[in-house]
Amino acid sequence: MTETLWTVDESGIRDFSAANNEPEWLLNVRLDAFKKAEDLPLPKPDKTKIDKWNFTEFGTHAVKSAPFNSFAELPEAAQAVVGPENETQNVYVQRNGVPSILNISNELKEAGVIFTDFATAAKEHSDLLQKYFMTQVVKADEHKLTALHAALVNGGVFLYVPKNVEIKEPVQAVFIHDDQNAAIFNHVIVVTEANSSVTYVENYISTVETKQGVANIVTEVIAGNNSQVSYGAVDTLTENVTTYVNRRGVTAPNARIEWSLGIMNDGNTISENVTNLIGDGSFADTKMVVVGRGSQSMNFTTKVVHFGKHTEGYILKHGVMKDAAKAIFNGIGKIEHGATKSNAVQESRILMLSEKARGDANPILLIDEDDVTAGHAASVGRVDPLQLYYLMSRGIEKREAERLVIHGFLAPVVNKLPIENVKKQLKGVIERKVRQ
Amino acid sequence: MPQSTLTVKDLHVSIDGKEILKGVNLEIKGGEFHAIMGPNGTGKSTLSAAIMGHPKYEVTQGTITLDGEDVLGMEVDERARAGLFLAMQYPSEITGVTNAEFLRSAVNARREEGDEISLMKFIRQMDGNMDLLEMDQDMSQRYLNEGFSGGEKKRNEILQLMTIEPKIAILDEIDSGLDIDALKVVSKGINKMRGEDFGCLMITHYQRLLNYITPDYVHVMMQGKIVKSGGAELAERLEAEGYDWIKQELGIEDETVQ
Repeated sequence: MTETLWTVDESGIRDFSAANNEPEWLLNVRLDAFKKAEDLPLPKPDKTKIDKWNFTEFGTHAVKSAPFNSFAELPEAAQAVVGPENETQNVYVQRNGVPSILNISNELKEAGVIFTDFATAAKEHSDLLQKYFMTQVVKADEHKLTALHAALVNGGVFLYVPKNVEIKEPVQAVFIHDDQNAAIFNHVIVVTEANSSVTYVENYISTVETKQGVANIVTEVIAGNNSQVSYGAVDTLTENVTTYVNRRGVTAPNARIEWSLGIMNDGNTISENVTNLIGDGSFADTKMVVVGRGSQSMNFTTKVVHFGKHTEGYILKHGVMKDAAKAIFNGIGKIEHGATKSNAVQESRILMLSEKARGDANPILLIDEDDVTAGHAASVGRVDPLQLYYLMSRGIEKREAERLVIHGFLAPVVNKLPIENVKKQLKGVIERKVRQ
Repeated sequence: MPQSTLTVKDLHVSIDGKEILKGVNLEIKGGEFHAIMGPNGTGKSTLSAAIMGHPKYEVTQGTITLDGEDVLGMEVDERARAGLFLAMQYPSEITGVTNAEFLRSAVNARREEGDEISLMKFIRQMDGNMDLLEMDQDMSQRYLNEGFSGGEKKRNEILQLMTIEPKIAILDEIDSGLDIDALKVVSKGINKMRGEDFGCLMITHYQRLLNYITPDYVHVMMQGKIVKSGGAELAERLEAEGYDWIKQELGIEDETVQ
């Protein structure tokens, strides 16, 4: 029996829930999950051993950060992603766990759109939250980390788009990590009712170093009939934060979910991104870009499961590993029996820049239906010395030649990202990570 | 500015431990056009790769200097910035890097930080050169050499040559795989470079290229050495009579590198 060190106990959870005036159902979900967390096993990401990783020890469950009151008070890195205050309509800024800025246009309010922080959603939209919070997309009892998440959730957003409402401008959430004692347990729920559409972009920004931090993030996307969700994320958490991030969606008939994920954390990271294509004719597209450096170890599982007929799932992931960084890319396309005329396509590529960097790409197709199409491509390799020779033979210095090759390697994914803001941000983040 | 001089002396080069070049001597000055001819497997491309600094080729003996500077002591990019250029027989394909982005990096590599070429000026220059080479404008936005046809790759090498304006250029089989129209266009680009500040070494199997670009000097390479040199008339005789008369004259049975 291994002994798990818990930073929080049951009474801590009760206190936290009471301090936020949470409804009783939520407290009960927390307490139930907390009990289960003790005995549930860790998830088993393929080819990465995580039993020595720190998912449970962190400074404080709820640090008392002073909220930011205006864009001007935000750290530079956050200002860079939100744009000018007067032009940015729909944005939520959270400082550690503390809701700071919440702007939502009158137009969206009048259309019945709900965009609010998790704690407010629990108070003001309790029934809706209860309907979706870890009930159908991600379950608390899947493993130790989902249970811990349900027990300790301390931030995040709730975005609800009523039927027939199409939101043109991206809705944005910026999660700032600037206290070394902070623990990040954010939960994001995006619900689109029939015929609606939304683009949601989130940023994780660390502006502080920490000795030992934990991020345990869960996203649930519920895309209704014929609705569209474009979900972008740029994660840049600091070196000693261990991250478990689970972004998962389900589709009703003819719904579409597009994921644009830039996972640029500097610490150990387990990323799970799953789309369950339940409804006939629904669609999922995941594009992911990763840059690893230092000695971090990362595992990315991207999975599309086809239940409905005529469903389409696309996965495109490119990663660059520097220094002694290590990444496992697991791509899974699963077509269930009865999901006729479905198409599962995936491509994973890793470029290693040093002798010590490691990469592994595992494409998996699990097909339980005859009348389908599927395809996969995967490659893991080092920089081609002849490419560098060619570039250098034109007078370009080795560093710059390498930079061109790296950008070039990621460009086929970055250039196809459907969200302009995410594309622009990622170009900047990639540039910084590649240079250092 | 004085004319540049590339001097190759007693050059011996090996690949994977096998000696390919066995003592090459050659001098190219600004204003001069040289051609190196010879059958396959005699070391012609090895010479060009060794001058540029290809990572697989090892110089075991001899010297290469450009205006007295030791080329062999320079990295590949330093050689390029010193004034050398190699139009490659098989240019690399680089995904995700557009032709324009690459060319601009190459131009800026020769300029001080803060003195980068303006985008407008660069585009004007590139468009002009592309017109001359009869290249589609969209080639500037395509990824470097990716999916280019053989002819497009060759034109693109010459586009780089015209943009970079080196002191001494080596063109490694720039004529291979080109039809006659493409050959004319490529030759037009190369001839436009002619001048006192530009020296050129063309490596080719065929005399055909030399109908469009008249060389001042022609060298024949066999068994890893230059075995005969002459003027443009040498190329014409090779075209008419082949290489056998040289082999007989020199008592060579097998011209390839042993």
